[in-house]
Amino acid sequence: MQMTRRDLFALAAGLAAAGLIRMPAHADEAKVEAAIKEFAGGMPETGGVELGAPEIAENGNTVPIEVAAAGATSIMILASGNPNPGVGTFHFTAMSAESRASTRIRLAQTQDVVAVAKMADGSTKMARREIKVTIGGCGG
Amino acid sequence: MANIKPRVKVPGKAKAGEAVTIKTLISHPMESGQRKDRKTGELIPRKIINKFVATYNGETAFSMDLEPAISANPYIEFSVKLAESGTMRFEWTDDDGSVYDIEKEIQVA
Repeated sequence: MQMTRRDLFALAAGLAAAGLIRMPAHADEAKVEAAIKEFAGGMPETGGVELGAPEIAENGNTVPIEVAAAGATSIMILASGNPNPGVGTFHFTAMSAESRASTRIRLAQTQDVVAVAKMADGSTKMARREIKVTIGGCGG
Repeated sequence: MANIKPRVKVPGKAKAGEAVTIKTLISHPMESGQRKDRKTGELIPRKIINKFVATYNGETAFSMDLEPAISANPYIEFSVKLAESGTMRFEWTDDDGSVYDIEKEIQVA
């Protein structure tokens, strides 16, 4: 096969990408699913949970997140592309004006963020959403 | 760095049964345990705030479990509705067992 100049460039770029971009260890989908099941006791149905976040986060070190689910007693946040999926869990009480809370989280790379809500009646709901990250927040 | 200072934004006055937004921030590095020391190449041990609890007149109003994926200087916002005047107490628990706290009075009319 004749190697053209274009092929050569493509090959070089491919090798560079494979060699230089070493992906760190991520939480895989199985770990995310295990965390959801442990919290919810099964796979919850999608919907009924609000997951507010920017579509594109410029800095993965601090990404604002807001979750809400009417009637939820607790809401867990998971990040599927971080070294560990766990992010945090909010617990609401009878004193909560509504089951809504905000915080700021770290995202190592572009990934899906999952919010799982546990309702007072024991049912569970979830939401999933992709957040694009320009600079990863796993510094060091 | 070791100067850990909690800050909360709580209205001094509120109407009974109306939603009140509470904003909290604590200066803390939230060392994730994933970072390496640039010089030695060794992992920096994890040291984070792992628990946040807000109580009102001794009763839990809101709490949160935190993991290393919470940003440095953890910010938490939530809302409550209050029936009577009292004191809201905020407590952050560190991996090393230290508890940082702050209290705010709220007049409910």
